[in-house]
Amino acid sequence: MLHLENIYKSFDNFIAVNGANLTVKKGELVAVIGPNGAGKTTIFNLITGQLKPDNGRVVFKDEDINKLSAYQICRRGIARSFQIANIFPRLTVFKNVQVSVLSQEGKSKTLFYPAKKIAVEKTNSILESVGLTDKAEYPAASLAHGDQRVLEIAIALGNKPELLILDEPTAGMSPDETSATMKLIKDLSESQGLTILFCEHDMEVVFNVAQSIMVMHQGETIIQGSPEEVRNSKDVQECYLGVG
Amino acid sequence: MSRNILSQKTYWFIAFLLIILFILPGAIPRFYTYILAIIFVTSLLVMSLNIVVGHGGLFQFHHGAFYGVGAYTFALFLTKTSLPVWIAFLSGPVFAAIAGMIIGMFCVRLTRLYFGMLQISLGSLLWAITFRWYSLTGGDDGIHGIVMPPLISSLNNAYYFILILTILSIIVMYLIFKSPFGTTLQAIRDNPERCEAIGINVRRHQLVAIIIATFFAGIAGVLFVVLEGSVFPDLLFWVFSLEIFIMCLLGGWFTFAGPIIGAAVMVSLRTFVGIYTEYWTLILGVILILLIFFLPEGLWGYLMEKLGEHPKQSLKEGN
Ligand SMILES: Nc1ncnc2c1ncn2[C@@H]1O[C@H](COP(=O)(O)OP(=O)(O)OP(=O)(O)O)[C@@H](O)[C@H]1O
Ligand SMILES: [Mg+2]
Repeated sequence: MLHLENIYKSFDNFIAVNGANLTVKKGELVAVIGPNGAGKTTIFNLITGQLKPDNGRVVFKDEDINKLSAYQICRRGIARSFQIANIFPRLTVFKNVQVSVLSQEGKSKTLFYPAKKIAVEKTNSILESVGLTDKAEYPAASLAHGDQRVLEIAIALGNKPELLILDEPTAGMSPDETSATMKLIKDLSESQGLTILFCEHDMEVVFNVAQSIMVMHQGETIIQGSPEEVRNSKDVQECYLGVG
Repeated sequence: MSRNILSQKTYWFIAFLLIILFILPGAIPRFYTYILAIIFVTSLLVMSLNIVVGHGGLFQFHHGAFYGVGAYTFALFLTKTSLPVWIAFLSGPVFAAIAGMIIGMFCVRLTRLYFGMLQISLGSLLWAITFRWYSLTGGDDGIHGIVMPPLISSLNNAYYFILILTILSIIVMYLIFKSPFGTTLQAIRDNPERCEAIGINVRRHQLVAIIIATFFAGIAGVLFVVLEGSVFPDLLFWVFSLEIFIMCLLGGWFTFAGPIIGAAVMVSLRTFVGIYTEYWTLILGVILILLIFFLPEGLWGYLMEKLGEHPKQSLKEGN
C-alpha cells in the first residue's frame, strides 16, 4: 500500500534522513523505532507532505505522491496525528473532530446550512469510540494532556483514512492512558482492519502489537521485518537495542 | 442547559434592542440619528473585517481599502452613468469583492505579518490611484453632493435603509459563521498546518473568506455614501484601516457580536472626544495599548468570560 524507496532529506547541512526504506501492506500494523533524532518524525512528515524529500520516492496505492501537497495527500486516504498535540485549541472537542469529518465528506465549503446539523452522527460515534463523549462541548485547549493526545487521534479518524499514521501516540500519557490508547489502536487495526503506521519509544508496546517493525538509526533504515526478526538481528542489537 | 437559557435571553435582548432602534429616530435630535447610522455602517464594516481577522486569523491590515472601493464604485455609478440605481447598489459590493479577490490572491501566498504588509502596500496603491486620478475620482476633494433616490434621501429614511441592510447583512454573516465553511475557517485560524493535514485547501478557503468579507465591506461603503452623500480618499487611507482593526480587537475578535460593541464605543469616542481634542490618533494609540495589556479578548470576550459562557479553564482545574 505504501512504499518508501531510498528517501533522503537534509536540513541545511544536517542529513536527517539518509536512505530510508519502508513498506506498509494493507491491513498491517507497522511500527517505526529508533533513538531520539533518528528521523522518525521526519519520515512521517515526508509521507504526509509537510516536507518534501530531496531524493527518493514515496508511493501510495501505486501513485507517486512526492509532489502532492499535504491536503491532497490527505484526500488520497492518509491521515495522521502529530507528536506534539496539534489540535484546534479554541474550538470545542466536538468541532475539532467535526471539521475533519466535514473535510472528508467534501462539505467544508458549504455556506448556507447550519454546521450543527451536518456530520453530527459520525462525529459523535468517533468521540464515543475514543471515549471523549462527555467532554464534547469543552474547548479543546482545556483538555488534560492525555485527552488532547486522544483527540489528536480522533481528528485523524474523522478523515476515514485507509492509512493512519500516528507519531508517538502515547507520548506523555499516564500508564492507564497508554494502555487505553494501545487498546484503541489494536482495536482499530484488528476489528476495523485499518492500516496503521506508528512510532513509539516504549519497546514493550511495540513488540507486543506490531506485525512489522522498521528500525531507524541516524536517518538510515537498519532493517524492516517481523518482531522476531528484528529481535534477533545483529545489526539492531549493535546499534540500538544493545545500547540499552 | 444554562447555555439555552442564556441564548433565550439573548434573543429577547436583540428583539428589545431592535424595537428601540426602530423607534429612536422619532425621539432624538437629528444629530444622534446620524451618529447611530454611522455606528451601523461602521459595525457592518468591522464585522466584515472580523470574518477574516477574528474567525480567519488573517492579518487583514487594510480592510478600509475595500470599503472605499465599494463607496467610490457606488458614487461613480450614480454620478457618471445613467444605469438604474439598483445596479449602482450592487456594483459597490461586487467591485469591492473583485478588488478583495485580486489583492487576496497575492496575499494568501504569504503568511501572517507578510500577508498584512503586502496588503497595506496594495491597498495604499488603491488609495494613491483614488487620490491622483483627478478626472475620475475628484482627487483629494472626493465627490460631494451625490443625489440619492428620493426614497432614501431624507436622513430618517436613510437611517432605516441602513439599519435594515445592516441587519440583513449581519444575519447572512451569522449564517456563514455557523456554517461548515465558518467552522472550518475558525479551525484554520487555530491551526492552519493541521487543517492542511486533514485535507483542507487552506489558501483557497482563506481566499473565499476574503472575498466574502470584502463583499460586505463594499455594502458598508455603499451605505456610507447613502448617509453622507459624498466620498473622499480618506476612506482608503491606512490610518482608517488601523482604526477599524482596533475596533475589532476592542470588541472581541473571537466573538461574533463583539465588533458591534467595538464600533459603537470607538465611533462615540471619536465623535464626543474628537470635539475637544485634535489628538485623536494619540487616543487611538492609548486605547490599543490598554487593550493589549488588559483586554486581550476584547470587551465582549471579557464579558462572556465573566458570565461563564466559555467553560474555559474549568475542566483542567476540575481534574
Ligand atoms: N525542520 C528542521 N530543521 C532542522 N533540523 C531538523 C528539522 N526537523 C528535524 N530536524 C533534525 O532532524 C533529526 C531527526 O529529527 P526527527 O524529529 O525526525 O527525529 P525523531 O526520530 O522523530 O526523534 P524523536 O524520537 O525525538 O521524536 C533531528 O536531529 C532533528 O534535530
Ligand atoms: Mg519524533
